[in-house]
Amino acid sequence: MRPGLRIVLLIALGLPLLAVLWAGFAPIHVASREKLFEIPKGTYARRSAGDLVEILPSQIRLTLGLEDVLVLRNLDEVPQVFGPSIMMPGQSLRLPFERAARYDFVCTAHVSGQLTILVEEEPVMPWSKIRWRVREWWEKREA
Amino acid sequence: MRAAIHRFLLAWVPAAALAASAPAPAPAAAPVLKAGVLSPAMAAPALDLAGTDGQPLGLERFRGKVVLLAFGFSNCGNVCPITLATLAGARKKLGSDAADVQVVYVTVDPERDDAAQMRKFLGSFDASFIGGVGTRAQIDAAQKNYGISSTKTVHADGGYSIGHSSSIYLIDRAGRLAAVMPYGHPVDDFVHDLKILLRG
Repeated sequence: MRPGLRIVLLIALGLPLLAVLWAGFAPIHVASREKLFEIPKGTYARRSAGDLVEILPSQIRLTLGLEDVLVLRNLDEVPQVFGPSIMMPGQSLRLPFERAARYDFVCTAHVSGQLTILVEEEPVMPWSKIRWRVREWWEKREA
Repeated sequence: MRAAIHRFLLAWVPAAALAASAPAPAPAAAPVLKAGVLSPAMAAPALDLAGTDGQPLGLERFRGKVVLLAFGFSNCGNVCPITLATLAGARKKLGSDAADVQVVYVTVDPERDDAAQMRKFLGSFDASFIGGVGTRAQIDAAQKNYGISSTKTVHADGGYSIGHSSSIYLIDRAGRLAAVMPYGHPVDDFVHDLKILLRG
């Protein structure tokens, strides 16, 4: 086999292997444990005018130990019930989670009036770390 | 080729493992309260209701105390008894500090819950608990001010149950809506947060 081809093959096989090893074993670093969502100004007016476009995800996923603090900010001009609390204009709610579970809340910013928060266990095993990284990458790509 | 792959793995896999074992940066500071913190904290909406202790239930009468405010009804078979038992447990664990903690439980079922009914219901958990009762319009206003939803489900036998928001608001000594504890937190979480709010 030609040396050039050998190097190409080594890179083609080695890089994915390294990537998988890194994704499975390297500690996950996050810039902040907070995941921020905002109700934009004018949301109530848009809803009143019949605009049914969702401005927030109907399901928010959090991970214990990594991103386990939900921060909700009401930038609208009217009070909103967001998660478990009413929030006045300009107010924010910082809600930490310590247990993995599914939480269903009323949310007036959603067309359905419902907000689901899925809190998952911290990924410890290599496979769960890989899955977490892939999902994060995918969610950021879609955002 | 095989030897080359061998060399490659020998060179890089330990390096990757080493990188993987590098210490993670210190995690962000733990949240101060177990409850969700509202900021900036604003004055708790007024309650224009009657208290089960025979006095008007304006929150201003509890200034200087930390108030735990929740909504429910005396015929509730699940959520309310658990919430009230948890709050009673928290007060017990606080010992003498419990004197500065007031539980206020507002009915979402004014058709069935009068002052006597609520007093009896709440008294089975803790004699210090005060219920909030009033007309349908007064209760609706209180629910709206606190973003409390409730849905009535009528059963085949003519009876009904009410699904309702189950969060517990924490109002600080200055009468500000400081935090909200979603349903399901254990006694120790309340004790933890109450100690912080009582200090503040």
